[in-house]
Amino acid sequence: MSDPIQMIDAGGLRERVEDSALLWSLVLVVAVLSVLPLARLLLEGIAPAGHLSADALLRVLGTSSTWTATQHSLVTAFGGTLLAVVVGTLVALTVSLTDIRGANAFVFCFVAPLLLAAQVVALAWLQVFGPSSTLLKLIGIAPPMGSRNPLYSAGGIILVLGVQYAPLVFLTLRAGLRSLPQELLEAGLAGGAGPMKVVRTIVMPLMTPPLLASVALCFVSCLGNFGIPALLGIPGNYLVLPTLIYQRLAGLGPGVLSEVAVLSVLIGAIAVIGIVSQDLLLRGRDFRTVSASAVARPFELQRWRLPVEVALWTLTALLLVLPLTALVLTSLVPAVGVPLNFESATADNYHFVLLEHAGTRRALRNSFGLSATAAIAIVVIAVPLAYFLVWRRNRLLRLVNLVTEVPYALPGVVLAIAAILVFLKPLPLLGVSLYNTIWIILFCYLARFLVLGLRPIISGYHQLDRTLEEASQIAGARLLRRLVTIIMPLVAPAAAAGALLIFLTAFNELTVSALLWSSGTETLGVVFFSFQQGGDSTYAAALGVLTVMVSFGLMLATLALANRLPRGVLPWRD
Amino acid sequence: MARLTVEGLTKSFGSFRALDDVSLQVNDGEFVAILGPSGCGKTTLLRQIAGFDKSEAGRILIGNSVVSSAATHVPPERRRIGIVFQSYALWPHMSVAENVAYGLTVAGVKEPERSRRVDAALSLVDLDGFGQRTPAMLSGGQRQRVALARCLVTEPGLVLLDEPLANLDVHLRASMEDEFVRFHERTGTTMIYITHDQAEAMALADRIGVMDSGRLLQLAKPSQLYREPANARVAGFVGDGMVLPVAIRSVDGDGTCAADLYGHVVRVRCEPTQKAVSAAQVCLRARDLTIVAPDAAGVAARVDRAVYQGGFFRLEAHVEAAPDKLLHLTVPEPFMLAPGAAVKLDVADGWIISGTGRN
Repeated sequence: MSDPIQMIDAGGLRERVEDSALLWSLVLVVAVLSVLPLARLLLEGIAPAGHLSADALLRVLGTSSTWTATQHSLVTAFGGTLLAVVVGTLVALTVSLTDIRGANAFVFCFVAPLLLAAQVVALAWLQVFGPSSTLLKLIGIAPPMGSRNPLYSAGGIILVLGVQYAPLVFLTLRAGLRSLPQELLEAGLAGGAGPMKVVRTIVMPLMTPPLLASVALCFVSCLGNFGIPALLGIPGNYLVLPTLIYQRLAGLGPGVLSEVAVLSVLIGAIAVIGIVSQDLLLRGRDFRTVSASAVARPFELQRWRLPVEVALWTLTALLLVLPLTALVLTSLVPAVGVPLNFESATADNYHFVLLEHAGTRRALRNSFGLSATAAIAIVVIAVPLAYFLVWRRNRLLRLVNLVTEVPYALPGVVLAIAAILVFLKPLPLLGVSLYNTIWIILFCYLARFLVLGLRPIISGYHQLDRTLEEASQIAGARLLRRLVTIIMPLVAPAAAAGALLIFLTAFNELTVSALLWSSGTETLGVVFFSFQQGGDSTYAAALGVLTVMVSFGLMLATLALANRLPRGVLPWRD
Repeated sequence: MARLTVEGLTKSFGSFRALDDVSLQVNDGEFVAILGPSGCGKTTLLRQIAGFDKSEAGRILIGNSVVSSAATHVPPERRRIGIVFQSYALWPHMSVAENVAYGLTVAGVKEPERSRRVDAALSLVDLDGFGQRTPAMLSGGQRQRVALARCLVTEPGLVLLDEPLANLDVHLRASMEDEFVRFHERTGTTMIYITHDQAEAMALADRIGVMDSGRLLQLAKPSQLYREPANARVAGFVGDGMVLPVAIRSVDGDGTCAADLYGHVVRVRCEPTQKAVSAAQVCLRARDLTIVAPDAAGVAARVDRAVYQGGFFRLEAHVEAAPDKLLHLTVPEPFMLAPGAAVKLDVADGWIISGTGRN
C-alpha cells in the first residue's frame, strides 16, 4: 500500500463527475424544452422580429377582434369551469363519501371523456342535437331541416367544456377526500350534526385547497382548449383566443407571427392570473389535518342508495353513452342528413378513412410514431430526472420541478407559437430549420407532456424503499448502472403508466399540431378536423369512433397493470 | 479484513446534533456492536461509515485509507464494504442467485468464476439450491441469509449490519444470532452491528459501543460494560442499573473501596486509581440488593409496589432518606409486603462510576 489514499480519492472524483454530468444534461433538457420557447415568446412580445417596438402590441391590442375573442374566451372558460366544478364536486362527494356499489366501473365511465379527444367529443355532442342528427332522426324527433344546431353557440361550447373537464375536478377532489381522516367526520356526527351538515361544515371547508386547485386547473384547461371551440365556435364565427390565433396563422402564414405572439402572451397571461390567484386565495390559511388514521368511511345511504346509483348511471348515460351513440350512428350513414335504416347503414366511411384516404393513413402513422416516440423519450428523461427530484432535493431541483409544469399548464397554442418562433430560423450550427417538419411537433409533445410522465414516475419513486438503491451502491454500482439495473425495473410499472398517459394524450391531440402541421406531417387530430371543416362529418365521425376505440382499448388494457401501480396514477382507475 | 478508525466525527441535521465528536477504533476481524435507543445516532454513524451522508467534521479510515474527511468523500460504491439492511433490501426483480451475483457482475467477475462464488456464498449460509427462487418465495430468515450472502460474496473488508434481526420473530432471532456468531468465526470479517437490543449486542459482540444523543458513551467488552459502566447513562441503559450518590471513605489497593450509602457502609468495586471523595456515584444492579432483617444494617427504604413476574416479584421501592431515588430488586415468592411498608436493604456488590459528572 504505497499511497492508497490518493487512489481512492481519484475514484471519488470520477463518480462525482459522472453524477453531475447526468444532472446537468437533464437540467439542460428541461431548460430547452420548458424555458427556451417561453423565453423566446416573451422576447417576441417585447421586441417583435428583434427590434424593441410596441407596434405589434398596440396593433393587436387596438383591434376589436382581440377583445371580442378575449371576452369569448373568458365567458366560455368561466362557464365551462362552473359547470365542471358543480358536476365534478357532486360526483366526487357522492362516490367518496357514500356506500354506492360499482364505484370502480362508474369512475372509469365518468373519467373516460377526459382521455378522449376534445374535438371528437365535440363532434359527438353535435350529433346529439341539430337537424341532421342521425340519432334524433332515428327516433323521429329531429328538428326541421334548416334550423340551427343549438351547440354552435357560447352555450354549446360551455356545455361540452364542462362535460370534458368535470372529471378533472372529480379526480383532484377525490384525491383530497381520500386523505380526509375518518375521525374528523365522526367527531362532527358525534357532535350531533347530520351527514349533510358534516359535508357542509367539515368536508367542504377542508376540501378548499383541492377544490381551488381543480378550479384553476379546469379554468386553464377550458381557456386553452382548441378542439371544442374550433368545432362549435368557428362555424358561427364565435371566436375564442386559440381559434383566433389559429385563423390568423392559417390564413396569413408566419408573416403575422409577431401579432399572434402577442395574442399568445395575452392568453398565457390570463392563464397565469388564474393559477396565481388560486395560490393567493390559499396563502396564509392552514388546511393541514393531523391524523394517520383510516380514510373516511362512507355514509350509509340506506333506502337512498338505489336512487343515487340510478342517478349516477343516468349521468353516465347522458355524458358518455348518448354522445358516443350519436357519433357511432352518424359514422354509419352514407352522408350527413340521410336517415339511418337497414338499407342506408354502411361501413363505407370506415372503409374510406382506413383504406382509401392516403392522408388518414399517413396521419395514423405520424400520430402513432409521434406519440410512441414522445412516450418513450419522456420515460427515458423522466426516470433519471425523478431520481434527482425525489432523492437529491435542492434549490435548483425544486426550480426544475416547477419549470417542467409550465408548458403543460399554459394553453397549447402558447407553446406552439413559441416553438414556431424558436424553430422558424435555421438552427445554429446545423443550418436546418425544423419548421414545417414533424420534429417541431415532436418537440412540442416532449415539452408539453413531460410532466404527464414525470408525475407518475415520481410517485413510483416515493413508493420505493431507497435501501434497494443503496444496496446496489454498496455492491459497487455507479449511478448509471443503478438506474438501469435496479431503479428502472422497479419503477417500470409507474413509468409504463406515464408512457400510456402520454401516448393517449398525444394520440388524441389537436391543439399543437393544428398550428404546426404541414403537408405530410398531419396528425389524426388534424385530419379529423379537416374532414369536419370540409363538411365530411361522416368521415370525421368514423375516424372519431376509431380513435375512441383505441383510447378505450388502451385504458382497459392498463387495468391489468393496475395492481402494481401507486394509487392515483391511472386516472381512469379508482 | 480491515480496521475501521473513526476520529471526531460530527454531523448535524439543522440544529439537531446527530453525531457529536464520535471516535472509535475497530480492529481487524473484530465484531463490534453499536448499542443505543432509537434516535441516539447509531444509524447516522452507520450511514457515515457507509458514505451515504457527508460528515461535517472528523475522519473515517477503512484500513489505511481515508474515506471521509474535510477534503475527501469516497462514494459508497468505492468503499468496498458490505451492508445488511434492516429491510434486507433484496431486489425483488432478481432471483436469489442474481441478487448474490450482482456485486460480482459490477466488479467484472466473469463466468464460471462468478457462479462458483455465488454457489459458495449460498452454501456458506446454508441456502444451497435456492439460487433460482425469487426473494418473495423465501421466509424472513432465508431472506436474511440471502442478504448476508450477497454482502459477503465480494469479500468486503468491513461489513455493516443495520438492526438485521429487528424484523424477525423471537424464535428466529435466537437461531440467527447463533448464525451470525458462527459466520463471523468462519469468515473473520470485521463487523459493525447496529442494534437497540442489549441482549443481542451482549450475545454477539466482542465489544459494544453505547451511544446516546449523538455521543459514544463507552466502548468496551460486554462484561466490562455491565460490571464497570463508565458513566451514569451507560449504567442506566445497560442492565437497568441504579445510580446513587455515595461518599467514598477509603480505597483499598485491590480495586474495592468502602463507601457510605445513605449512612450504610458498603464494599464496592472501583478503579484502582479511585480517590476517596465525598461526592461519587455508585451503580447497583437489582441482583446486588437483598432484603435483610429490619434490625440489621442496611439502607432504609419504603416499598412502592411489587409486580408479579412469574415465580418472583419485581419490587420497586424508594430510599427513605431520598424519596426521589428509586430502587428495584427481585424477590422470590411468596412475598407479602404491602406498598408503604419499610424494608432494610443490603448491598452485595456495586461499581463506583469514575466519570463523576452526570454525563
